[in-house]
Amino acid sequence: MVAHQFDDAAQQREASTLGMWVFLATEIMFFGGLFAAYTAYRYKYPVGFAEASRHLDLLLGGINTAVLLTSSLTMALAVRSAQVGKRAQIVGFLVLTMLLGLAFLGIKAYEYHEKFAHHLVPGASFAFGGMHAREAKMFFYLYFAMTGLHAIHMLAGVAVVFYMTVAAARGKFTPGYYNPLEVTGLYWHFVDIIWIFLYPLLYLIA
Amino acid sequence: MTDHVLPVKTYVAVFFALLLLLAATVTVNRLHLGEFGVVAALTIAVIKTILVVLFFMHVRSSSRLVWIFVGVGFYWLMILLILTMSDFVSRTWPPFSGGPL
Amino acid sequence: MTSSETIEPRVNYLNCDYSLKSWLLTTDHKRIGIMFLISITFFFVLGGVYAGLIRLSLLSPSGSLVSAQSYNKLFTMHGLIMIFFFLIPSIPAVLGNFLIPIMIGARDLAFPRLNLASWYVYVLGATFTIITAVTGGVDTGWTFYTPYSSIYSNTHVILMATGVFITGFSSIFTGLNFIVTIHKMRAPGLTWFRLPLFVWAIYATSLIMVLGTPVVAIAITLVGVERIFHIGIFDPALGGDPLLFQHLFWFYSHPAVYIMILPSMGVISEVITCFARKKIFGYNFIAFSSLTIAVLGFLVWGHHMFVSGQSIYAGLVFSLLSFLVAIPSAVKVFNWTATLYKGSISYDTPMLYALGFIGLFTVGGLTGLFLATLGMDVHVHDTYFVVAHFHYIMVGGAIMGYMAGLHYWWPKMTGKMYPDIWGRLAATVMFIGFNLTFFPQFILGYLGMPRRYHVYPPEFQMLNVFSTAGASILGIGYLIPVVYLLWSLRYGPEAGPNPWKATGLEWTTPSPPPTFNFDKMPVVTDEPYEYSREINTRE
Repeated sequence: MVAHQFDDAAQQREASTLGMWVFLATEIMFFGGLFAAYTAYRYKYPVGFAEASRHLDLLLGGINTAVLLTSSLTMALAVRSAQVGKRAQIVGFLVLTMLLGLAFLGIKAYEYHEKFAHHLVPGASFAFGGMHAREAKMFFYLYFAMTGLHAIHMLAGVAVVFYMTVAAARGKFTPGYYNPLEVTGLYWHFVDIIWIFLYPLLYLIA
Repeated sequence: MTDHVLPVKTYVAVFFALLLLLAATVTVNRLHLGEFGVVAALTIAVIKTILVVLFFMHVRSSSRLVWIFVGVGFYWLMILLILTMSDFVSRTWPPFSGGPL
Repeated sequence: MTSSETIEPRVNYLNCDYSLKSWLLTTDHKRIGIMFLISITFFFVLGGVYAGLIRLSLLSPSGSLVSAQSYNKLFTMHGLIMIFFFLIPSIPAVLGNFLIPIMIGARDLAFPRLNLASWYVYVLGATFTIITAVTGGVDTGWTFYTPYSSIYSNTHVILMATGVFITGFSSIFTGLNFIVTIHKMRAPGLTWFRLPLFVWAIYATSLIMVLGTPVVAIAITLVGVERIFHIGIFDPALGGDPLLFQHLFWFYSHPAVYIMILPSMGVISEVITCFARKKIFGYNFIAFSSLTIAVLGFLVWGHHMFVSGQSIYAGLVFSLLSFLVAIPSAVKVFNWTATLYKGSISYDTPMLYALGFIGLFTVGGLTGLFLATLGMDVHVHDTYFVVAHFHYIMVGGAIMGYMAGLHYWWPKMTGKMYPDIWGRLAATVMFIGFNLTFFPQFILGYLGMPRRYHVYPPEFQMLNVFSTAGASILGIGYLIPVVYLLWSLRYGPEAGPNPWKATGLEWTTPSPPPTFNFDKMPVVTDEPYEYSREINTRE
């Protein structure tokens, strides 16, 4: 189970964990570019952004936040189950994590559909009343860019969790070997943290 | 990598704290605090993040190296945001609001 | 030093398997380094062709060789190819990949399959570039400034931006791999302060790659999205700000220049100490200066935007910080010079390149201070002064450093030695050609000749002709090593494990090394660069 380039399992574990943290640092900077764009334009157009933000469904966003927070709990508990060697529990918690992730994406899809129906998707069919249409368009552009990028990461996360679920079902993880789960968890929690910031910044401006 | 096994209680407690903070965020938003609203919202988000990072991501029991990389990621994001905004914010400051040209 | 044997094994990483499949599916960091060597050499030639066309076009003030738009495409493609497909990968992906595991006493990098993925991702991004080049290129400048790139340009911006975006991940994978490897896989006894300075340099470079590249990825993604959806994120007419793009772009692209120079500096540290037969002066200072450059390098990007409309207060801050970042570079130059002082210097090919580096990098670096001075920059921004400045650093510095490294470690990588006389000749031709090409450009820029223009006032013609003449000499200089290095593969003498009598773990393995680098994992007990202990004889 120890790859040839490593001296022992401990080195492999530490390298793998550090590798995931370095990757997460790159992800912070990747999303960071969009956060920088958001900060610049919110600073420039506070009124337009506030007006546009009101068109987002606070309740759905809030529910989605709760969904993701719960999925982080189940993910953490899945890792813990591996630490204490409870195979069925690992699978159970991973399945829950996946379902919650899919629920998040489902609600997001519904929200996107609503935006499309109300002509709030920037592009040819965008329609926004009042003086601040231009700024609102900028807001929605950033809304779709940031939540879209986040959703892509969620999707990738769900895929990885699915892969881990299959591995867990096959008994791959033991108290002596569960690092892949640990680093999957790190990724999952990170994507949750991005949403922890997206929710107030996008939904709670006004 | 952590060898400490946190009790289920701890994870659940953190989870409820997160939900509480979510409620707080929404409540604070209802209070219409104007400029301060952003500060409040971000503060709450940062606290949530700290909880997730320390407990769910096991950083509390991780090595110093991991702590450093967590800090590095956050610090570099701040460089990007602060120095970029320094331009946007100071563009209209007198008397040189036209730039060097 | 270690006690591992240096009997040349019959089986090494090159001859263990000759099949194409064994190369394309390899996870051996040495083979991946060689694959990168071939790829980046191809792009160096392509970028050089574009450069040749530019210089040809600039022979006449009326610029009649190519149309204005074609000229724009020439300098754009030249810049993009040289930066993203040659300079940024060069030392890290070739020499770094080959040497880092060996220098730290490891069997391979931490993530060998990620390493292979890095090469394939590079190739995928490169494919987009080739497609862009043959279907008409891009004319936005390598800097993709908006709103020209996001709205008005009629060239293949999205194709090229995709190529750059993809190749950025190659960079990120490589950097991530190096960081984890250097932290976690050093041999017993190899503390941080016993590491070769090349490793410190690559580590600092990797930090930059990992933290900066994602931001430029987002920046060019936004340009692409803007081209498709016309939202106005960078369009002033729609409430956008072109400077937002420039901030996001330069946040990476300034540190990118440190990605390009730090590894070369690492090479110079290795070469200088070996060919002066003297322990490097100020090891700790050089090590920390690499990290300082990596950190400070992220704080200065606004010096590319002094005349863009950026706030003058931000400009002042960036100007001051840009002065600061010169200091660690200067520290290195002082320390290399101090290493040379009272050293026993021999002028082998790698040393010639290293000495050339020190002089040319100093010129480039000092002229950088001119540009960091806000008031001065207002006059010379967008002139050939800037072009000369960065070519002194990138060509006179980075490429010379790459050449030094290639010639220093060639015997290790191939097991063969090249004829030193030809190496020295090529280095000299390059040095002469380089200065003839680029020194006139300082003068041209100072006199006011703008960059990125296909025409210029007739009074500048003589200097332009000198520059083009120099470019042809420089081109010949680059061709010569291709010949003798390839020749050496077939006809060169066996190099042996340590032809330069150098210190460092890589010189304790056979040349070429076996697939897993060491017969027995080394244990390090010595400080680095213990040259004073050795007898300075050469075979």
